[in-house]
Amino acid sequence: MITAILFYIFAGILLASAAMVVSSRNPVHSVLFLILAFFNAAALFLIAGAEFLAMILVIVYVGAVAVLFLFVVMMLDVDFAELRGGFQRYLPVGATVGVVLLLELAIVLGGWELAPGAVQLRMSPTPVGMSNTEAIGRILYTDYIFQFQTAGLILLVAMIGAIVLTLRDRKTSRHQNIRHQTERTVAETLQLVSVKLGAGTTASGGILRPIVAEPEPVEEEADAGGHGHGH
Amino acid sequence: MYDFFYNTNIGLVILTVAEALALLVPLLIGVAYLTYAERKVLAAMQMRKGPNVVGPFGLFQPFADAIKMVTKETIIPSGANRVLFLLAPMLTFMLAMLAWAVVPVNDGWVSADINVGILYLFAISSLGVYGIIIAGWASNSKYAFLGAMRSAAQMVSYEVSMGFVLVTVMLCVGSLNLSDIVRAQQHMWFCIPLFPMFIIFFISALAETNRSPFDLPEGESEIVAGFFVEYSSMSFGLFFLGEYANMILMSGMTAILFLGGWMGPFGLWPQLGVLWFILKICALLFVFLWVRATFPRYRYDQLMRLGWKVFLPFSLIWLVLTAGALMAFGWLPNA
Repeated sequence: MITAILFYIFAGILLASAAMVVSSRNPVHSVLFLILAFFNAAALFLIAGAEFLAMILVIVYVGAVAVLFLFVVMMLDVDFAELRGGFQRYLPVGATVGVVLLLELAIVLGGWELAPGAVQLRMSPTPVGMSNTEAIGRILYTDYIFQFQTAGLILLVAMIGAIVLTLRDRKTSRHQNIRHQTERTVAETLQLVSVKLGAGTTASGGILRPIVAEPEPVEEEADAGGHGHGH
Repeated sequence: MYDFFYNTNIGLVILTVAEALALLVPLLIGVAYLTYAERKVLAAMQMRKGPNVVGPFGLFQPFADAIKMVTKETIIPSGANRVLFLLAPMLTFMLAMLAWAVVPVNDGWVSADINVGILYLFAISSLGVYGIIIAGWASNSKYAFLGAMRSAAQMVSYEVSMGFVLVTVMLCVGSLNLSDIVRAQQHMWFCIPLFPMFIIFFISALAETNRSPFDLPEGESEIVAGFFVEYSSMSFGLFFLGEYANMILMSGMTAILFLGGWMGPFGLWPQLGVLWFILKICALLFVFLWVRATFPRYRYDQLMRLGWKVFLPFSLIWLVLTAGALMAFGWLPNA
């Protein structure tokens, strides 16, 4: 009873915030509503007894992906009002497509029938006396290890691709060579000189500045690119 | 009586509220005295006296500060987004409180003993960045915005290596339940076999809570006060409370993961239980303050370099080594 009430509350907020994501005027509000939608989806997972998926959804989507979303949306200077200008013009077409899709879905789901005994034939029911975290782990790392690893590899390739595409050495930014910095010794940077009293002043009371040799420019190493940003 | 509290809905609600209060009231008093301790410790390290006027040894100073904050006027900048501006400090404070639901303070003393406790803690601590980003954006001020941007990049970077540290601990325990993690350290605290991970976790905790030497989001000398520059009175107070509550939470997490939670060293005085846990938290908090008094602030590129080029590869390699060692010597739990 309480579970059912909670389900409808979470599902209702999920749908409402999903609608707000597309209809809100301010893009930052859109992203915040998206985060609310993620949260309610996580709550629905919890109600379904999939606590591992719920936590992963929050950690990955809310804790990392949406942060970067928000980051980008706040930084971008895009006039979203202009982008959304044709809303009324495209509304009839969009609404028609949406209604057709909804009808098709309704037809499919209306004719949906579970075969008797289908529940018993499920590929991998959660074993008795095992938490769902353990059950997911067992399935992923035994039966589906190759698919799982392939997915990981594809993500790795995408990550490397993104880095390769965006990494470029800006000639104007200066880099700090950490190794060079830490290898400096007192002997090569400091020179202690004992100066006679009055040696640095002229007769009229002015100050003589010592002639300092220009320091030799440090050779940038070939692999020094990308050591953080300039400063 | 037992029947009323455990088998009726009203009884359960009363019980839960009582549990929450029993945890949160001491926590808030702890937060109040952490601010006092910080000022006293910093003063001692800089050969000053620190607060010593209000009450004996200045012990009532936190309450004087609290009263001052509550009675001041809340100022909302005219260009600010009012709803989000007020939401951000509440969010920060709420998240800092929310995480304590799963923290076991003693054997069996936990209000929500869930299977995925450690993931819950990780999820909640990774949400902390929203309070800061929203505050920075809603303030409509360039300093606040710069602070928020710094904070977002910093917290996301350090979460990655923190995640690897957590995975290493989970490998050694074979469970995601926080009580199980503590019980697995019965014979040896994890800070001994996983010593490098302990250090990485603690430094990442410093970065996650935006504490010195990683307090760039609020770097006073460059961007005034960073993300909370526009906040005043209680809305500022909530940020303040949230930050200190997060420090206590991170110390508690470190104690649970690496220092054996409620267990004494070498199984000494197991009946002390919760006192051991508090003692460990206090020791870790002292290190937080000690670090603040000792180290200068990191430069931003150094911060990013440390996170991505030192901690991330190191924790990844240590994770693989740990997994290999567990497999090779047959030490895997539940095997």
